[in-house]
Amino acid sequence: MTSFKNFFATRWGIIAVGAIIGIFAPFLQKWGNPANMGICVACFDRDIAGALGLHRAAVVQYMRPEIIGFVLGSLITAYAFKEFRARAGSGPIVRFVLGAFAMIGALVFLGCPWRAVLRLAGGDWNAIFGLLGLIGGVWVGALFLKGGYNLGRSQKTHTSVGWLLPLIMLGFLVLMLIFPKIQGQEKSGVLFYSVKGPGSMHAPFFVSLVIGLLIGFLAQRSRFCTMGAIRDFVLFKQTHLLSGFITLVVVAFIVNLILGQFNPGFAKQPVAHTMSLWNFGGMVLAGLAFALAGGCPGRQLFLAGEGDGDAAVFVMGMIVGAGFAHNFGLASSPDGVGPYGIASVIIGLLTCLFIGFTMRKEVA
Amino acid sequence: MSKIVDARGLSCPQPVLLALSEIKKFNKGEIVILVDTDTSKENVSRAAATQGWNVEVERVEEEYRLVLRKD
Repeated sequence: MTSFKNFFATRWGIIAVGAIIGIFAPFLQKWGNPANMGICVACFDRDIAGALGLHRAAVVQYMRPEIIGFVLGSLITAYAFKEFRARAGSGPIVRFVLGAFAMIGALVFLGCPWRAVLRLAGGDWNAIFGLLGLIGGVWVGALFLKGGYNLGRSQKTHTSVGWLLPLIMLGFLVLMLIFPKIQGQEKSGVLFYSVKGPGSMHAPFFVSLVIGLLIGFLAQRSRFCTMGAIRDFVLFKQTHLLSGFITLVVVAFIVNLILGQFNPGFAKQPVAHTMSLWNFGGMVLAGLAFALAGGCPGRQLFLAGEGDGDAAVFVMGMIVGAGFAHNFGLASSPDGVGPYGIASVIIGLLTCLFIGFTMRKEVA
Repeated sequence: MSKIVDARGLSCPQPVLLALSEIKKFNKGEIVILVDTDTSKENVSRAAATQGWNVEVERVEEEYRLVLRKD
């Protein structure tokens, strides 16, 4: 009955969603997005932080329409299927901090779980260490969950609470329309645009937005989550979400082969570095933070679109975290980790452990 | 008299963890799980079904009452 009502919640549904994302992500690269970065939620949130001037790393500033599409696509879908539920109040400040450190960890590796598999599918073997780190971080998070860790209950709340993050995204979209990119200029109105580097590389605005909306729809229906894929396997030996995640890698690999975008190796991979330990360590931090916050960065956007005000706080944490990551020299570059990157990973891990060990009260 | 577990307001994967711990406690019988999102409804149903429990979904206003049964 349930599966009849929602095809995308079935095994074939989640596999179809993984396949569709696996097709569109490499095509977004062909159409202009940076290499092995067809979709990267962390990188794109970071680019949005740059477009807003929250950090001033000149090469990573662009208001990514994919992210806006993810949230608005999920919002529209949630309404269409009567699943929009405004809710909030489950550890908002904790989620903010987890969002910030998840972003910092992801930027030490240079990618979120989505990009980790897209890097792998493009032949960037450094991603293997990132994925191992992600699995390790999620595994530790699963141990906390088993031990009773939780962030408390959310409460039903005013509809407008659930609307705030979608409205912010709509505002970003309007800003982009009022102040569009002017070729060769670093600023258009209030928005910053990269003239070189990954931030200058993007698919056409309309293409990015429409694919973002489509993925927002698919992910809202299927509950696609890259962290949940690993967590559910570790906790319950459940392979439902994992089958979608694995399909994404396999399909993206095949599409990359067809498009001539598969370049295997460790050295000189696009927007990547070869410091294996910190590719691993950065993603341990990100994976643990995602697990403690209950969703990968993509899933947090989709949840925010369907009215989850706590997921919205996580998203804001990620955007602010990106500001810190670039202002403080925490983010890596193709040359390797930033001057304070290693310290930030250690501080982030200690913070996550503090959160995991101290928030274990049984829920009544 | 069935056991009632209130998993409303809890985010993923808490509702499933609670449901599975009850399932392990009672090898058979009836367990009622209250959830408030469609995701939790699907996740708990899927987890219970893999343990061989029959799941009946009742919609109560904007929430769900999942009745898990096993003989």
